[in-house]
Amino acid sequence: MDRGLYILLLSLSSLACALWSQVAAAEAPVGDASATPQVVEPQIDRRNVKAPRIDAENFEAGAFVGTIAIEDFGSSMTYGARAAYHFNEDLFAEATVGTAKAGRTSYEDLSGSVELLTDSEREFTYYDLSVGWNVLPGEVFLGGRRAMPSSVYLSLGAGSTRFAGDDNFTLIAGAGLRLLVTDSIAAHLGVRDQMFESDLLGSKKLTQNLQVSLGLTAFF
Amino acid sequence: MLRCLLSALLMFTALASVPATAAADAEQVVVQDPYLEFRTGPGRGYPIFYVVDRGEEVSLLRRRTDWIKVRSDRGREGWVHRSQLERTLTPQGEQVKLAGPAPESRLEHRWEIGLVTGDFGGANIVSVTGSYALTQSLHARLDVTHLLGGYSNGLMGTAGLLHAFMPQWRISPFVSLGGGIVQISPKATIVQSEDRTDPAAYSGLGLRGYLTNRFLLQAEYRKFVVLTSRDDNEEIDEWTVGFTYFF
Repeated sequence: MDRGLYILLLSLSSLACALWSQVAAAEAPVGDASATPQVVEPQIDRRNVKAPRIDAENFEAGAFVGTIAIEDFGSSMTYGARAAYHFNEDLFAEATVGTAKAGRTSYEDLSGSVELLTDSEREFTYYDLSVGWNVLPGEVFLGGRRAMPSSVYLSLGAGSTRFAGDDNFTLIAGAGLRLLVTDSIAAHLGVRDQMFESDLLGSKKLTQNLQVSLGLTAFF
Repeated sequence: MLRCLLSALLMFTALASVPATAAADAEQVVVQDPYLEFRTGPGRGYPIFYVVDRGEEVSLLRRRTDWIKVRSDRGREGWVHRSQLERTLTPQGEQVKLAGPAPESRLEHRWEIGLVTGDFGGANIVSVTGSYALTQSLHARLDVTHLLGGYSNGLMGTAGLLHAFMPQWRISPFVSLGGGIVQISPKATIVQSEDRTDPAAYSGLGLRGYLTNRFLLQAEYRKFVVLTSRDDNEEIDEWTVGFTYFF
C-alpha cells in the first residue's frame, strides 16, 4: 500500500477514536451520583485505633562477680557490669566491662624474688560487645509448686583486654543460664572464654582465659 | 570493692522489685480471638498453661520484645504474643495497636546502631557505629573504633556520609565518605614509643542486607588516608563486617 495513504488512514482512525472517547466522557460524567445510584448506604464508623501504654522492658543491666583463670597468672576474683538489649525473644546484644587482678606465675613463685610484672601491670581489665542467642528457653522448678522461666544462651563477641600495660584484641565465646527470679529480675550463671594473643612470656600464643560468674540483672 | 558491688546488686534488686505499674491503671482489652494463650515466659518456647476465651477482659501489665504480660479477670498472669493482642478491642470498642516491626520499617527507620569487627591495616578492630537517615538512601554516620594491633593500639573517631543505592532491595550496595581522627600509641614493649594523633579521611564501598525487619548485616571496605606530620601520608585498608539494628 502507498505509504502516504497508510499514514492518512492511521491518523484518521486515531482522530475518530479520540472524538469517540470525548463524546462518551461527556455522556457519563465521572462521579455523577444520579448516573449510578447507590444501592447500599455504607454505615461504617471510622474505627479508632488505640496504642495502649505498656511499660516496655527490653533493656537489662546489672553486675556480676566470679572467678577468672588468667593463663599463666593463676585464677583471681573478677567483677564487673553488664548491660543487654533484647531485640526479640531469640537475640540480644550485650556489653560487658570487668576487672581482675592477675596473680603470680609459677616461675615467679618458685624463683622467689623475680617479678615479671609491676603491681599496676597486673591489672586485668576488659570490655566486650557480643551477640547472644537464647537457645534453650525453659523452666527451672523449685519444689513442686514454683517454676521460674529460664533460658540457656550462647554468646559470641569481640572486645579488648588491658593486661600488662597493653590492649589486646579479645574474642569472646560464652554460654549462660538466665533465670527470671521475678518478671524484672534475672539471675545469671555464666561461663565464657576470653581469648587474646599474648607474647608476655616470650613466645606469642593465644591465651585462653576462662571465667565463671554469677550475676544479677534488672530489666527496665 | 566487693561491698560496693554487693550494695549495687541490692540496690538493683530493690529498684526492680518496685511494681512497675499499679494494677488499677493497667490498660484493659477485650479478647476477640477464639482464645488467648497464656505462656509461662516471654517466648514461644515456654509452655501454654492457661487460656482465656473470647469476650473476656485482660489487663496489659508489661512488655518484653514481642511478648506482653497480661492478667485475666480471675487473676491469672501469663505472657501473650503481640500478634494475638492485635486482634483485641478496648472496652470502648477501639482497635488495639501494638507497634511491631513491619516491612515498611526497612525504609522508614531513622536511627541505626551497630557493632562491627574487622581488620584495619593488620590490626583487629572493635567498633560501634551509629547513623541517622537523612533520606531513605542517605545516612549521616558516626563511628568509634578501637584498634588493637600487634605493635600498636589506637582509637579512631570518624564522621561521614553513607549513600545506599537501592535501599528498597534486600541487599543494597552503598558508598561512604568521611573523615576523622586517628590516635595511635605503640605498645609498651616497643622502644621509642610515641603517641601520634593525625587527621584521616576515608572513602568506602560495601553491601547492606536486611536480615529481618529490624536487622541489617553490613560488610564494608574503606580506604583510609592518614594525614601524618611526616613526609608521606599513610594509606590503610579496612575490611569490616558487622550487624546493625534499626529503630
